[in-house]
Amino acid sequence: MRRRGAQLLLHTALLMLAVGALLPLLWMVAASFMPAGTASVSPPPLLPHHPTTANYRLLFASQGMGRYFANSLCLALLCTVSSLLCNSLAGFAFAKLRFAGREALLRVLLAALVIPSQVAMMPLFLMMKWLGFVNTYAGVVVPAAASIFGVFLVRQYALSIPDELLEAARIDGAGEGRIFLRIVLPVLRPILATLAIFTFLASWNDFLWPLIVLTDQSMYTLPVALATVSREHGQDNELMMAGAVLTVLPILALFLALQRYYLRGILMGSVKG
Amino acid sequence: MRTSLAGWLFAAPALAIIGVFFFVPVLGALAVSLTDFDLYALADIRNLRFVGLENYRHLMHSRDFWRALGNTSYFVVLAVPLSLLTSLAAALLVNSRLVRWPALFRTACFAPVVATAVAVALVWRYLLHTRYGLLNWALGGLGVRPIDWLGDPHWAMPAIVLFAVWKNFGYNMIILIAALQAIPEDLHEAARLDGAGPWQELRRVTLPMLRPTLALVTILTVAGYFQLFAEPFVMTQGGPLQSTMSVLYLMYEEGFKYWNLGTASAVAFLLFLIVLILTTLQMRFLRRAEAA
Amino acid sequence: MPPRTWRGSGVGWRFPAVLAALLCAGCGASSSAHRTLTVWAVGRESEIIAKLLPEFSRRHPDLEVRVQRLPWSAAHQMLLTAFAGDATPDLCQLGNSWLPEFAALGALEPLEERAARSAVVQPADYFPGIWDTNVLGGHLYGVPWYVDTRLLFYRRDLLAQAGFAAPPRTWAEWSGMLAAIKAQVGPERYSVLLPLNEFEPLLVLALQQPDPLLRDDGRFGNFESAGFRRALGFYREAFVRGWAPPVANTQISNVWDELGHGYYSFYISGPWNIAEFRQRLPPERQGSWMTAPMPGPDGPGASVAGGSSLVVFRRSRHREDAWLLLEFLSEPAVQRRFYELSGDLPPRRSSWDDPRLADNVYAHAFREQLERLRPSPKVPELERIVTEMRLVAERVVHGDLSVDEGAVDLDRTVDAILAKRRWMLARAAATP
Repeated sequence: MRRRGAQLLLHTALLMLAVGALLPLLWMVAASFMPAGTASVSPPPLLPHHPTTANYRLLFASQGMGRYFANSLCLALLCTVSSLLCNSLAGFAFAKLRFAGREALLRVLLAALVIPSQVAMMPLFLMMKWLGFVNTYAGVVVPAAASIFGVFLVRQYALSIPDELLEAARIDGAGEGRIFLRIVLPVLRPILATLAIFTFLASWNDFLWPLIVLTDQSMYTLPVALATVSREHGQDNELMMAGAVLTVLPILALFLALQRYYLRGILMGSVKG
Repeated sequence: MRTSLAGWLFAAPALAIIGVFFFVPVLGALAVSLTDFDLYALADIRNLRFVGLENYRHLMHSRDFWRALGNTSYFVVLAVPLSLLTSLAAALLVNSRLVRWPALFRTACFAPVVATAVAVALVWRYLLHTRYGLLNWALGGLGVRPIDWLGDPHWAMPAIVLFAVWKNFGYNMIILIAALQAIPEDLHEAARLDGAGPWQELRRVTLPMLRPTLALVTILTVAGYFQLFAEPFVMTQGGPLQSTMSVLYLMYEEGFKYWNLGTASAVAFLLFLIVLILTTLQMRFLRRAEAA
Repeated sequence: MPPRTWRGSGVGWRFPAVLAALLCAGCGASSSAHRTLTVWAVGRESEIIAKLLPEFSRRHPDLEVRVQRLPWSAAHQMLLTAFAGDATPDLCQLGNSWLPEFAALGALEPLEERAARSAVVQPADYFPGIWDTNVLGGHLYGVPWYVDTRLLFYRRDLLAQAGFAAPPRTWAEWSGMLAAIKAQVGPERYSVLLPLNEFEPLLVLALQQPDPLLRDDGRFGNFESAGFRRALGFYREAFVRGWAPPVANTQISNVWDELGHGYYSFYISGPWNIAEFRQRLPPERQGSWMTAPMPGPDGPGASVAGGSSLVVFRRSRHREDAWLLLEFLSEPAVQRRFYELSGDLPPRRSSWDDPRLADNVYAHAFREQLERLRPSPKVPELERIVTEMRLVAERVVHGDLSVDEGAVDLDRTVDAILAKRRWMLARAAATP
């Protein structure tokens, strides 16, 4: 009986915790279906009395949400693909290939993890200007194509590849490139899945750098559009909530589908994401 | 050696990108912090003056910088313990043997971490509204008078702390759950056989075994929270009365609102130095505590 | 929830790549035989330009015009970033208080030659105070597009209830009315809205003083003058006496509704709100609000010479085309249409002869105010200076500083901001 009582208490506490975690998100969805102006009343409504899709229709019709969604998706996919390429190559190299200066480079990269990324942003912006990358997809994708975190993530996993496997292939006469494509990549698949979802998430949610480097409204991603439009339409709460839903829901869905890989990534070395 | 060349070739793309698009700008920022780069210099580079450590000296005497640092420290002091306690409590609850559907609760707690910061900050802006927000309505039910969360300089930072804790507790929870699961079951068994109740089990077995992970998580959280930026940016724009002006927000304003890149870069490097010193101190303290 | 196994076949990663490529093919810039003109406008004006464009496109079928909207709160910063990143548009709406800054950056194309040759742009037709804000160092950097100033929007009926038949002409009258209304509405409501995150109300009060805000050709702050201290004192009094709520405009969930509800009776705002109030207040409220010129310390007061100009960026590759659009938007007929759609007031006297404007009772106060305008200081650092002024005012309102301490503090801060300007002026004076 004590066990039952403890279980009840436990589940109540957990339920309160879960509700506390989810309540803002649920209210966001609920408010997005409320007609304009109905959310700003006291006491605040928890559910829409007359649910409507007007906010969503308005977003797509006159606010160009479709465009922002496409930008976010495009950029996130590009970042993911390029990140997978560069980081997997480098991660494997640091784990299994010997080359001069490898250990020293590793130490430098590790130390650099402490540097906050915002330090680099303004000079990076000027560099983008000289390269002609301001207001282009390249301006967002190229700096994100490789990251210290990604390299370490792959390296950590690649360390577990048995050396004998690689040696055997080399003795058979296979080139390093072949070895990488045929042997290493398949073995790395789980961590690549992790890296992919990490990168996708980070790119989708990123807002400061896209805010700075994308000057044209047609290039905005969802978070940037939300941040700038909300300062204008601060009065249209329900519309903003619909925009927030569109921004958050895809990434939540993706996370739900692939959470195993994401959570593993956090645990590998508990490096800051 | 063939592997040597291959190693370089494989690592080259990533190293090139990291080198060019991270290290070079960082060094550039260091260089710029020694000049008075501003709008005039942006128009014509001949308006640039080398000023050495003047930017740093000016910041050390600047009321704005100290206020930003004070605000950020206040945030860290409030948010880190709250965040860690919540994460630990959540981890202990979710990891309990008695729980059914642990994955469900774990996912629910982690959802805020994944949700886009800008979007949820907007939602919280409405939840914190003085008259129409859910929080004040709930507090009103408990008899608390409505608090002007985002307009009262005393309550704005606590509101941001609340938001930051909500957003991030799931992340550390995951790490702590993994650490909890790594505690050998026989230690728990032994404690229970000795007649220890759940609280004693917690104090004698769980917490001591968790100590290294807790230490790591604390260090990472402190470093992360010193980089407070997105929340003040979306919710309060540094106000009211600059009570939520964090160091990075100050850097952003100096750099992108006024294009005083010299000052902004100096702010960024000062922050980096502060975080570095704090992290080193924490690690040294922990090493000494462990040795004791 | 059973975890899905990763189906990492070769197809797995190729599909997203192909999708990405397809999407991005659509995302790239479309090639066209037209010349494309990029126009940036701020706030609602961007939608209205779009409505005026069909006529322009008819006249110039080979020009495609793309309008981008900047939000007011971020426009200044986005423009600076665009300049820094070499991503400026061709034609742009620029608040005339920002003109000195962008002119100092060398970002703007001088327009005096084109204006001299133009049949449409007639300098003599423009209100001189407004035209003057566009002339710097002998060059014309913009053409006024609409004028803007700040004056009172108020609830006539609530004022009448408090016992006053006419709006205030002096600060003394105004104080009396604010006190009377406050006494009527009680502690939960207010007489006037002075949002703490807006610098314009205090700026207007300060510009009404005989003392300029900066001295010595903009080398030093002049905020310790008696005039500014009087303005700051009046501003502070409104909060201390409970006439104004100590809030930012983001905390007012809807400024129009709240005036309609009587949450406050006076609001200092600009011409765009004529259309907004007409649109947003319910029909039964439409007869109860009115505009009035600003009261001054000793009589009808001045207000800030605001408004936006149309500017052409020097780095634009379509400057002639941009000028064509600028000319089009300066035609009196188009300006009258623009006024109809936006409520923004035309900067040309000939456009004011329009009967529609003459019939607009709310615009009469503006016509009167336009004769009493003062420009804000023409220094590139203006944006920074008014922000600091606002921050000091906020602290004075909250009681952290007294009015005198605030003035001293502000002068010290502004002097530091202007240090580089002093250096540059000294250097320019030294070189022959």
